[in-house]
Amino acid sequence: MQKVTRDILVNKAKELLANGTVDRVYGWKKGEFAYDVTPALFKSEKELDEFVFGDFCGANVSKYLVAESKKAGGKILVFLKPCDTYSLNQLTTEHRVDREKIYAVGIPCEGMLTGSALKDKVDSVLSVETEGDTVKVETLYDGVKTFPASDLLPDRCRNCKSKKHVTYDELIGEDGEVLDSGRFDEVEKLEKMTPDERFAFWQGELSRCIRCNACRDVCPACTCEKCVFDNPKSGLENKAAADSFEEKMFHIIRAFHVAGRCTDCGECSRVCPQHIPLHLLNRKFIKDMNTFYGEYQAGEVVGNRPPVVNYTKEDIEPSEAVKRGE
Amino acid sequence: MRKIAKSALDSLFAAMSESKKVYLPVDGEGGARYQLWTEGTVLSEAVNTVRSAKDFFFPQTENLVEFKMEGKKLDVIDVRRETEDFVIFGVRACDVRSFDILDRVFLGAPVDTYYKNRREHGVIVSLACNKPAETCFCQTFGIDASAPAGDIVCHMTDDTLFLDAKTEKGEKLLATLEGVTEPCADSAADEQKALIRSRLDKLPLKGLTADKFGGDKTKEFFNDPAWASLSESCLGCGTCTFVCPTCQCYDIKDFKTADGVRRFRCWDSCMYSEFTKMSAGQPRLTQKERFRQRFMHKLVYYPANNEGIFGCVGCGRCLAKCPIQMNIVKVMKKLGEGGDKND
Repeated sequence: MQKVTRDILVNKAKELLANGTVDRVYGWKKGEFAYDVTPALFKSEKELDEFVFGDFCGANVSKYLVAESKKAGGKILVFLKPCDTYSLNQLTTEHRVDREKIYAVGIPCEGMLTGSALKDKVDSVLSVETEGDTVKVETLYDGVKTFPASDLLPDRCRNCKSKKHVTYDELIGEDGEVLDSGRFDEVEKLEKMTPDERFAFWQGELSRCIRCNACRDVCPACTCEKCVFDNPKSGLENKAAADSFEEKMFHIIRAFHVAGRCTDCGECSRVCPQHIPLHLLNRKFIKDMNTFYGEYQAGEVVGNRPPVVNYTKEDIEPSEAVKRGE
Repeated sequence: MRKIAKSALDSLFAAMSESKKVYLPVDGEGGARYQLWTEGTVLSEAVNTVRSAKDFFFPQTENLVEFKMEGKKLDVIDVRRETEDFVIFGVRACDVRSFDILDRVFLGAPVDTYYKNRREHGVIVSLACNKPAETCFCQTFGIDASAPAGDIVCHMTDDTLFLDAKTEKGEKLLATLEGVTEPCADSAADEQKALIRSRLDKLPLKGLTADKFGGDKTKEFFNDPAWASLSESCLGCGTCTFVCPTCQCYDIKDFKTADGVRRFRCWDSCMYSEFTKMSAGQPRLTQKERFRQRFMHKLVYYPANNEGIFGCVGCGRCLAKCPIQMNIVKVMKKLGEGGDKND
């Protein structure tokens, strides 16, 4: 699947370390299994022996730059897939990262597999190989199984919004285009439901929430130094739900808070241990903003003001919005 | 030992349900989870449930006591009720062991009466793992997935379920199932056990050992430089602790009601920034210390207080669910390697 190889990235990293452009690299480290890759910091050429790149490097490392770019030292090298570059731009817009401390190398992406999506389809995975768009999975009990990549890719990649890098200091390979994706198709299905059906849908999904906060903790738009839900003084700190559906409050509040700032990177759904399609909440907000305020893509340009904090005379009347919710 | 045709499992669950509620793993969106059996519920074949079976004895949220104000009178209301008997069917060997680990915490003095109540009313029907996964490493902690513990131990072949009562509770339950099961030789499941054992031998984590850890190893590992790089990308979420069958930390909080207070407890996570916060602040200032706490607890502190028994059962849930794929296996391998290149 991926057209860029590990060696190309490692050689680039070694070159930039050697010539002093950067003094550390945020990348991915190999784990126990084929799908098992951990974001990691590499501080020397020798450490790069453990650097991996492949079809499971989906973790968006942009958020790590919030903490990393505050540290003393030189620039940090990051390899960013197109969707990651939107996150970096948005973080730059919000002054959450020091862009000057970051050396971003844009890399092409053919869509990233995830262990959880893979394991929905196959049990006991021993190894994974991709040849073109075919994924060969060696299993413990069912021999080798073959899938078209599209069967295993998560929604965010099946409906990739852009192959274009919106920020980079250097590019490996050719830049792509913003895509005409079907990313709002699922949202439209939800919109067509009756309120009762929609309530039942979200109740079914959100009642599985275990409130691990992984969605929040991975989200590049969630960078508050102290989340209101972690603050015992807020009166909202709740590690427990009063009933099985109280979690909707957490998720809906979070979706509101990132509205206009969410770039639709899809990390929330990737990390959810309960497979809740959280990105659909965010996409609903994005779709509504596109409808009411004109097309807007968070992170597309540094400094852009999200429509919800940018009053214009043409804005939809609140009464109109209320009517729509009835 | 008794047996029943796999095709007749419905009648087995129906017979069990006559005297007790029966919970079993059922496939659903995002994986298998325990559900109450009702007519037509199909047993999952997944090697494990997304959430562990600890929920039955130590639920994520639980009301402890209520306080009610009436004028100047304050009523203290005990909300405890005697639990009904229930059966958890299909518990894997790792999760059965997790109950022993939780018991040592909740049934040791002072006894946690909330936990004890549920524990006493639960009957554990375990099921050997026909297809242990690549993430499984229960063998590291001396657990045999071909021969789980439990009140009744089951083995499933392609066409038959074998049931072997191991405790008085189990014998009582099995006696109520005589109408739907038939007796068989005690060796009837031996072939299946052997098949499972041969599969366990081939697991990728088969060679993992915990020998270097134990209750007396605080000094060896507490200041290991590897903690810094291991915890470097940890998001500080609570996924590992909440899917873990042995994580047992909780918080007690008050919820203000219209006329009083409902005091509840809920799972807490050592990965959280507010965990064990006290007047002097949070004792573990960065994610490195929080991360270290979790693994030291499993591999050193728990054994120190519990005759060397480790606080991990090798179920592999954290391997499958960690958002950044960091887990206890990586920690066990990396610690004690002698210095870390990242420091």
